[in-house]
Amino acid sequence: MDTLVAQLQRQFRDYTISLYHQGFLDDQFTELKKLQDECSPDFVAEVVSLFFEDCEKLIGNMARALDQTGNVDFSLVGSSVHQLKGSSSSVGAKRVKGLCVTFKECCDSQSFEGCVRCLQQVDIEYKSLKAKLQDLFNLEQQIVQAGGRIPQVDI
Amino acid sequence: MSIACELSNPNSKKTKAEKRITTKILLIRVLCGLVVLWLCLSLSLGFLCICKKKEAASDDESSSSAKGMLFRNQKNVSRSEIDAMLSLFFDSNQVTSFECRKESDGITCSLSTRSEKEEDEEEEAKRHFVAELMSSSDNEEEGGVLREVVLFYVMNKWHWWLVLCVLLVGGGRMIFARKEVSSFVQDKQQQQQQCKRAGKWSKNMLLLCIIAGVSLSVLWFWDTNEEILFQRKETLTNMCEERARVLQDQFNVSMNHVHALSILVSTFHHGKTPSAIDQKTFGEYTERTNFERPLTSGVAYALKVTHSEREKFEKEHGWSIKKMDFEDQTLVQGFDPAPVQDEYAPVIFAQETVSHIVSVDMMSGKEDRENILRARALGKGVLTSPFQLLKSNHLGVILTFAVYNTNLPHDATEEERIQATIGYLGASYDMPSLVEKLLQQLASKQTISVNVYDTTNASSVIKMYGSEVGDMSEEHISSLDFGDPFRKHEMHCRFTQKPPIPWLAILPPGFALVITFLLGHIFNGAINRIATVEEDYQKMMELKARAEAADVAKSQFLATVSHEIRTPMVGVLGMLKLLMDTDLDAKQLDFAETAHGSGKDLISLINEVLDQAKIESGRLELENVPFDLRFLLDNVSSLLSGKAAEKGIELAVYVSSNVPAVIVGDPGRFRQIITNLVGNSIKFTQEKGHIFISVHLTNEVREPFETEDEILKQRLGSDETSCNTLSGYPAVNASGSWRNFKTFQDHSCDKTELLVTVEDTGVGIPVDAQSRIFTPFMQADSSTSRTYGGTGIGLSISKRLVELMQGEIGFVSKPGVGTTFSFTGVFGERERDSSVAALELFDQSIQEFQGLKALVIDSRNIRAEVTRYHLQRVGVSSVDIASSLATASTSCASKLVNLDLILIDKDAWNKEEYVAFNSGQETSTRPPKIVLLATFTTPAELSEIKSSGLVDEVVMKPLRMSVLICCLQETMGSGGKKRQTNRKPKNLGNLLRGKQILVVDDTMVNRRVADAVLRKYGALVTCVDSGKAAVAMLKPPHDFHACFMDLQMPEMDGFEATRRVRDLEEEMNKKEESRKWHTPILAMTADVIQATNEKCIKCGMDGFVSKPFEEEELYSSVARFFDK
Repeated sequence: MDTLVAQLQRQFRDYTISLYHQGFLDDQFTELKKLQDECSPDFVAEVVSLFFEDCEKLIGNMARALDQTGNVDFSLVGSSVHQLKGSSSSVGAKRVKGLCVTFKECCDSQSFEGCVRCLQQVDIEYKSLKAKLQDLFNLEQQIVQAGGRIPQVDI
Repeated sequence: MSIACELSNPNSKKTKAEKRITTKILLIRVLCGLVVLWLCLSLSLGFLCICKKKEAASDDESSSSAKGMLFRNQKNVSRSEIDAMLSLFFDSNQVTSFECRKESDGITCSLSTRSEKEEDEEEEAKRHFVAELMSSSDNEEEGGVLREVVLFYVMNKWHWWLVLCVLLVGGGRMIFARKEVSSFVQDKQQQQQQCKRAGKWSKNMLLLCIIAGVSLSVLWFWDTNEEILFQRKETLTNMCEERARVLQDQFNVSMNHVHALSILVSTFHHGKTPSAIDQKTFGEYTERTNFERPLTSGVAYALKVTHSEREKFEKEHGWSIKKMDFEDQTLVQGFDPAPVQDEYAPVIFAQETVSHIVSVDMMSGKEDRENILRARALGKGVLTSPFQLLKSNHLGVILTFAVYNTNLPHDATEEERIQATIGYLGASYDMPSLVEKLLQQLASKQTISVNVYDTTNASSVIKMYGSEVGDMSEEHISSLDFGDPFRKHEMHCRFTQKPPIPWLAILPPGFALVITFLLGHIFNGAINRIATVEEDYQKMMELKARAEAADVAKSQFLATVSHEIRTPMVGVLGMLKLLMDTDLDAKQLDFAETAHGSGKDLISLINEVLDQAKIESGRLELENVPFDLRFLLDNVSSLLSGKAAEKGIELAVYVSSNVPAVIVGDPGRFRQIITNLVGNSIKFTQEKGHIFISVHLTNEVREPFETEDEILKQRLGSDETSCNTLSGYPAVNASGSWRNFKTFQDHSCDKTELLVTVEDTGVGIPVDAQSRIFTPFMQADSSTSRTYGGTGIGLSISKRLVELMQGEIGFVSKPGVGTTFSFTGVFGERERDSSVAALELFDQSIQEFQGLKALVIDSRNIRAEVTRYHLQRVGVSSVDIASSLATASTSCASKLVNLDLILIDKDAWNKEEYVAFNSGQETSTRPPKIVLLATFTTPAELSEIKSSGLVDEVVMKPLRMSVLICCLQETMGSGGKKRQTNRKPKNLGNLLRGKQILVVDDTMVNRRVADAVLRKYGALVTCVDSGKAAVAMLKPPHDFHACFMDLQMPEMDGFEATRRVRDLEEEMNKKEESRKWHTPILAMTADVIQATNEKCIKCGMDGFVSKPFEEEELYSSVARFFDK
């Protein structure tokens, strides 16, 4: 039993580190983890799920805005990108945040192609992050079920 | 590094260098132009001379050409003059129209006349002649003159064309050069081609010039030579003609005499019977009259005897007629008797010189016979062709005259003459001796040789005189008329010597040629040199550009690398700091501290290098923000006080009261300079003395006698080194350090120029190192870095920074005494209203201290002044100074009344005196608080003084506003509470606990996170998702202590929401006097830029925190509102 827990824990640690190393997450995520305590045991999961909902909504908005061939409202797209940037930096989704910066520049320069490309990338990026975090939470649950403690991962 | 200095304004440098080179090239060209001009002028002058000469020659030759000259001179007459001239024609003749065109090469005039009926043709012709004459000056002049004129004009024009060309070339080149300069960087390639092309062009030009020069020289030579030859020929002609005429005249005279003799014979021999002449008489007469016939060698008279009369004649004379014998000329004796002939001409009389021919029949000689026949037929003197004379063996001619018996009329026929002939008179001319004699009489007989020819028979010319010597190339032939139309004679003259080498013709053109070649050589050299210089210049510019690029690259590399190093170093330092906070034993702590210290040193070094690189690559820009200079200096002094205290150095700051409270500039950089200077001072000052930072306006320093600033007065008043200083240790006079400043400029009212001096009593800078201390990485000597550490880059950076502040930095130093650095800087001025937030904390306290009276007791005057300055800063307005406790108690007794505060420097502290002093104060109802000012005291000493109860408080120097306020508050007992709050542990949790906080953000995630963070610190968080909701929530009255507002939100953004909230609060404040509503609103933003920050403040926000929250930042921004 203990070996399973230890293995899971190691797996969890490695996976977390790999997420940081690959640039999916940054320190802010760590901060979020620190905020999670007894009063709010699912704080991180809650925030993250909120973030993904937000992402979905915003990406939908932007896709619609960019679909208006001819007269694309770049300011609308821009504000969405800004929101996305804010929320991604709040959860520490580093890659998404980085993409948002590029996206914002494209918006500012009113480059339609750039926006579309960025949008696609953001879409891909947040989905992959979602999958990864899902895996991470699954691991956590497994550890909890196995009776272990979720290890503190210092980056 | 020195290249970097030039880098700062490469353009100006470049242009300067280019200008210099351009000027040089220009100078060379101007020189070239001048030389060419001179050449042209000299040549044209030469031509002018030649033309003049030719004119003179042609003047002599013919009057018509003289007329031409006249008209040519008149060519320049103005049209009016011609008009005047023509008016004469108008008067005399009916000229209806006159057209006159002045053209480039002369005046063309045409006259047209109205022909009237009465006018005869002659008049018309005359007028035409005049008209033609007018125009002939250009058109129909004598060929030679015309050619010369045209040549002259062409030459003249040609010269000007040449000059024009040269000027054009110069101009063109100049324009080229300009172009080169202006478009240097853009089209270097193209420009090089241009250069090459231009070089080629000038070379071709030079070649052309040389060719022109050479051809001109040759032309000149040819012309002069021609002239010389012409003159020579003319001389020959003149001489020859002269000789021919003389010879002819002499001959004719001689012939006349022979003629006269013939008449004499006819008269006296035949006219008289018996004859009056016999051989003796004839011989004598002819001998005596021989002087009249200098050319004859002898005369003889022969009688005409027919064959029938021969015998009678022979008998009569007693000898027979003899035949002329040519076989043996030397022996004339053996004359044979003449053969039978129709007619004989025996000589009957002969001059003594030719007496041997008496009785010889002249008809028997072929030549003589022909001569006699011709003579009697013509009745004139006739000549034989030259033949060998008898006896004399010379070539000679015989002149024969017929003697007639009657006086024949002029138009007598040939038969009549033959009939009338009775005898013949002959005279022999010895031609060589004749000519010889004649030539003897004439001048310059040596120079020419004369030949005389008989050219009667053109096929066989007989030479009568002369030799074939002399120059055969030129010859003049003059015809001779000896009075015999049948015979033709010519005189050929030639010079005896070959013509001399015409030096006159060779030398000047030769010189011209040499000059041409020399000039050509010089110009060629110059052109080559210019080409090389230009090429070198191009190379140089290229190298310069490359060097500059390399320098920029270096600086950029340095900047990048420094930055890259700094980032991980911060991590290292942070970790070390954390490590030190953990549970370490003493040894480990020591290691960690050492590592941390080294890391900090490294970071500061990297920062310095980064600064240097930034400055060098021109990327360092100064900020322009308002800051409080005094506050900044307080910071610096507190920062450095630790180090100074360690070494036992007294540190003091003084700012003149004239310096504005808030100035606009770059506080960071200003602080950097001061820190660097003070840091150096601390580093180089050993265990004694002081470091004194003072700030004045440059205006005060410029007019030191008008200043009211005590410190400045005392410092300027002192000698080179004086002991009237802060600590009593001697220091150099600060004024020396700014003596060399060039610009103590006058600034407009919104600019302030400050002079900062940092005085220390350190080791001083060695004299030989003083010149290079501002050079980067250069220290006084190599041992300095070992002894004192550091890289030596600080002063260089400071200098650059000062220069960026439009100021200057200088120093004065005396080894062993100390150094004083001073620098100036230009700052903006601003009203205190927009003051710096940091000061507001103290505002209240300062009000508390207003009106307090204080006495400073200090043995050092300057130090007392500094103390006074600090007291005045905190609001203590009336401060008196006494030099010691004793003097305070005695002389200043009156001042002691109602004193609130007495500050005693530790140097002036004396327990006994103090007790005495205090006893004098007993009477006072409210004893003043006693504060002891100490520089450095051991804790033991401190506690002793404190425990003695004599003083209320001990303040450690350097004096700072905050320290002073704290101390005063404590002693005066007013600020007790405040201090309590100040000493609250700095913990965000404590700060925020129980506070009602509103978080406004449209993004759910952000809201959630902010909520979580703030909750963690114990705050009670309410979240809303839009600006509108926030305004509704914040409408007073409400319970929120603070609000965190997102800036970018749909519908209503953070700025707008804040504005509305502020409006609402304003409204409420108006209604309700009791409570001032002002909810602190902090912006939450992801991009922290200056512009956003300013905008936040403008909209009524109180600050901003970056998203996501960081504890430190959150604390610092929140603390301002909740820490009261």
